[in-house]
Amino acid sequence: MSDLFLSSIFEQNLALSFFLGICTFLAVSQKFETAFGLGIAMIVVQAISVPLNHLIYQGLLVEGAWAWAGLPEIDLSFLKLLSFIAVIAAMVQILEMLLNRFVPALYYALGIYLPLVTVNCAILGGSLFMVERQYSFGESVVYGFGSGIGWALAIVTFAAIRERLKYSDIPAGLQGLGMAFVVTGLMSLGFSAFAAGGAP
Amino acid sequence: MADFNPIRLWKRFLALPNDDLGKTLVFAFLITFVASVIVSVAAVTLTPFYQQNLDRERQARMEEMVASLSVMSDILSELKIDDFDVRIVDLSSGTFAKDIDPTSYNQREAARDPNQSLSLPRDSDTAGIRQRANFAPVYILRRDQALELIVFPVRGVGYQSMLYAFLALEADANTIAGLSFYEQGETPGVGARITEPDWQALWPGKTLADENGDIRISVVRGSGQGRFEVDGISGATRTGNGVSNMLHFWLGDFGFGPFLKRIQAGEIRL
Amino acid sequence: MKQAYAHLTDPLIKANPITLHILGICSALAVTTSVSTALTMSAALTVVLVLSSAMISAIRHHMPTAIRLIVQITIIASLVIVMDLFLKAFAFEMSKRLSIFVGLIVTNCLVLGRAEAFARRNPVWPSVLDALGNGLGYSIILLTVGTIRELFGVGTLLGYEILPLVENGGWFRPMHVMLLAPSAFFIVGFLVWVIRSLRPEQAETPEFRILSHDETAQS
Repeated sequence: MSDLFLSSIFEQNLALSFFLGICTFLAVSQKFETAFGLGIAMIVVQAISVPLNHLIYQGLLVEGAWAWAGLPEIDLSFLKLLSFIAVIAAMVQILEMLLNRFVPALYYALGIYLPLVTVNCAILGGSLFMVERQYSFGESVVYGFGSGIGWALAIVTFAAIRERLKYSDIPAGLQGLGMAFVVTGLMSLGFSAFAAGGAP
Repeated sequence: MADFNPIRLWKRFLALPNDDLGKTLVFAFLITFVASVIVSVAAVTLTPFYQQNLDRERQARMEEMVASLSVMSDILSELKIDDFDVRIVDLSSGTFAKDIDPTSYNQREAARDPNQSLSLPRDSDTAGIRQRANFAPVYILRRDQALELIVFPVRGVGYQSMLYAFLALEADANTIAGLSFYEQGETPGVGARITEPDWQALWPGKTLADENGDIRISVVRGSGQGRFEVDGISGATRTGNGVSNMLHFWLGDFGFGPFLKRIQAGEIRL
Repeated sequence: MKQAYAHLTDPLIKANPITLHILGICSALAVTTSVSTALTMSAALTVVLVLSSAMISAIRHHMPTAIRLIVQITIIASLVIVMDLFLKAFAFEMSKRLSIFVGLIVTNCLVLGRAEAFARRNPVWPSVLDALGNGLGYSIILLTVGTIRELFGVGTLLGYEILPLVENGGWFRPMHVMLLAPSAFFIVGFLVWVIRSLRPEQAETPEFRILSHDETAQS
């Protein structure tokens, strides 16, 4: 379990080794504070949505899930995309309302990032990987939490680097986006060094 | 007087403002309906093709596995095996694991993954493998629908390397039909002779366990006596001990022991 | 007509969705380890993009405001499921190599981005052209990255050997780093640099600038 946790943070980092959520990663990393807020929102949503989607998938979609109703042949796994997206969107909406009602301070800090998270490939990707790699429920909890932390760690580090980058002298064409890609590449190189056996 | 002309109703519906609650609901219903029809039609028409592809792939994997048994091809071709089946065994309970696909299960990877394997207590780890995968494939070979051979993958440390082999048992699950090593790194010309046909030919007909169920098979120094002993290779005592230990481990409680007991007790019919 | 034509050609280089708008990179980089996967992914995305733009544009006058996003996502997700099933049925090997990345077209910012920014406000035909242009612009980047990575990573293109490998008696030693994630970032970064050097109007202005000695003396 601890192996899975660490590898989902470093070695198999969703942003840096699977390129998931890179759009948001590049667009919302100009400022350290915003990156931090988005990172926290990401951890929360990922840690809830992966196990939740695990329950939905195993309970409703997988082949044989309807055996109790006398329909053992029904295999709805092709609906996983639609249901995962719907679950994520609904969950984010509910989370937003709950936060607003009970923890307004947190709502004002995270509120604007939550909708952004809905259309983030990293969230959907985490759930799809969970199905593809056949994680158990316990593993999906660990994986959801770990991969969320990994993504947050990546964007926070990246934003900090970008803040420094403002003061450096960069060739005109490489300014901004181009440099962002190169820095992400260097970070990805660094994270892949956590892989136990080194490069394959 | 309500107007029930469908075309005029539809036009009136379209003319509603876009933030009208009724229009929103009807629109949502229509979109979901259309989308579900498209998706279901696609699923129903395309899934058979997908299934075919999956079956073809499984077939190809099966053939690969037969090919990996090719070290035993002599035995296989002599016996005219016509049916071949791979099952996954849960080693701790000795029963078949139903929810694991044999074609995609990789025992070596599983043994490296702490979630899918067991850390062996040092004093039980006679084969020196440290981690043992929870599940293992078993190859069941039939001729004319009668059980002919059961083949187990085994591994263990020899003198200087990990030895990988297939152990084939006859239908009584106690008589050896063959032992073939397909991967090893022992000293060439000495320990590495375990892969030579001459030495492997010593195994068929030997017996695993005595009447009390104790595993007795072993490689001895010099020439072996009786049905439990196999001649060692001169100069390769440690390799021979490694092979003995490996077999004792895999036939024991941490290996296929529980599974073999169930077969002998008739609880599992192959 | 000329303007409609511009919808098609602009996104190719000038307003390329990846290098200018940072849209749709999520799935773009993961599938570029070889040309064949990049090609399949490009085709799949372009088809989904064109169809979804056409559908969304067709119903744009009657889209209820409250559920606009959900409706768009539903349409896109349905198309992606059909595409996924189609690949599984007729290009099975390929669909295994693309694994979850076909499914991730749903959250590809490019598809939803074009629906929101263009198809929602324009008639069907320009929307289709715009979608096609953006799909092709995306494909150009994907194929370029894929070509570079496959050629230098394993010495082949579409599986045919171009650079003879050392192990086959040639001279080329494959650069395995090309197949790893970091190389994709570097390649896209340099592509952006090249495009922006050719078209300086795209370059971003720095927030801070290092002053020369004379300027510092004056201030």
